[in-house]
Amino acid sequence: MENLISIFLNSVFVGNILLAYFLGMCSFLAISSNMEPAVGLGFAVTFVLSITTPINWLVYHYLLAPGALTWVGLPSVDLSFLKFIIFIAVIAGIVQALEMIIDRYSPPLYMALGVFLPLIAVNCAILGTSLFMVERDYNFMESVVFGASSGMGWMLAIVTMAGIRKKLRYADVPEGLEGFGISMIVTGLMAMAFMLFSGITL
Amino acid sequence: MKITRTKAFKVFSNPIWERNPISGQILGICSALAVTVQLKTAIVMGLALTFVLACSNLSISLMRKLIPRNIRIIVELTIIATLVIFADQVLKAFLYDISKQLSVFVGLIITNCIILARAETYALGNPPLLSLLDGIGNGLGYSQILITVAVLRELLGAGKLFGFQVIPNFFYAAGYENMGFMVLAPGAFIAIGFIVWLQKTVSKE
Repeated sequence: MENLISIFLNSVFVGNILLAYFLGMCSFLAISSNMEPAVGLGFAVTFVLSITTPINWLVYHYLLAPGALTWVGLPSVDLSFLKFIIFIAVIAGIVQALEMIIDRYSPPLYMALGVFLPLIAVNCAILGTSLFMVERDYNFMESVVFGASSGMGWMLAIVTMAGIRKKLRYADVPEGLEGFGISMIVTGLMAMAFMLFSGITL
Repeated sequence: MKITRTKAFKVFSNPIWERNPISGQILGICSALAVTVQLKTAIVMGLALTFVLACSNLSISLMRKLIPRNIRIIVELTIIATLVIFADQVLKAFLYDISKQLSVFVGLIITNCIILARAETYALGNPPLLSLLDGIGNGLGYSQILITVAVLRELLGAGKLFGFQVIPNFFYAAGYENMGFMVLAPGAFIAIGFIVWLQKTVSKE
């Protein structure tokens, strides 16, 4: 249990997927200029991450990892080199399916998330989390927590950034630095603030 | 006609500086930052991305009349993912140490927006040779930024280049210290912010 809490704290704050591993920067920069879409995208990413990470865990450990095919009588097969293509296919498939399910059963949620769902299939935070999950050798419960908390960390970062950029509109930024340049520097300052959490250990 | 005036040359050279994928088009920033702590990894990552981008642009352009419009994203992702697996296996076989350092970021070339964006906006509508040049040009433009950031970070953060000590010892004796900050994540963000500033100011004149 303590282990799970520590994974949670670590992936929301210290090892924030955006501020420490730079994943999902593209949509972060594109969407963070307004508050509402930022919150919407944050929820969508958290939602998709909490589903895809455990599913990719199952796929990896029962189909791809070395010796994973023992249950069909092929103990010496190692398909782990296929993980990139399979993970991205699983993610794209789940995003597509989610879009249809949400559209069918919850039109208001679809209205809120709908625009962002297709964008998410190519968000590197999603694929990155799955790949980290494999690299760090998490077990199933850990991967569930890791997926959900990475999503929350990403959401925290993008919502904070949207807030800062709203204020930034009234700031007098040097010529040439406005837009992309200043966003990167502000993100850097935010990353610095998040690093302060690294003193917390459980 | 001089070679610098041909369309092919423009397609190739524009993305290296003026319409640079990172600072001009704001694409593919994720991996740009994570692999730039050392110059070595940055160069390898740049080469891997240039390879994948050139090949994917070429093959998508060759197939541009065969790919049905509504499933094109899936087709593109499949091509890109196959190329990335290839690049990853080559790195694992010949440059194992660097491939360990790059960890998940080679795999993340798949979701690097530069590749999908060039495929969508360029390769789908242009002949193979120009697409290949566009791919190589964008790849080099990306590598250029990566290398600049890596030089800054390795030099200021560790006083080294390619792992060799560059800043002489008497500097340290005189009280100079490495900026540990540049090695950490925030250093990368701020370095890239300043590079974009410089590039925008220079190209305006």
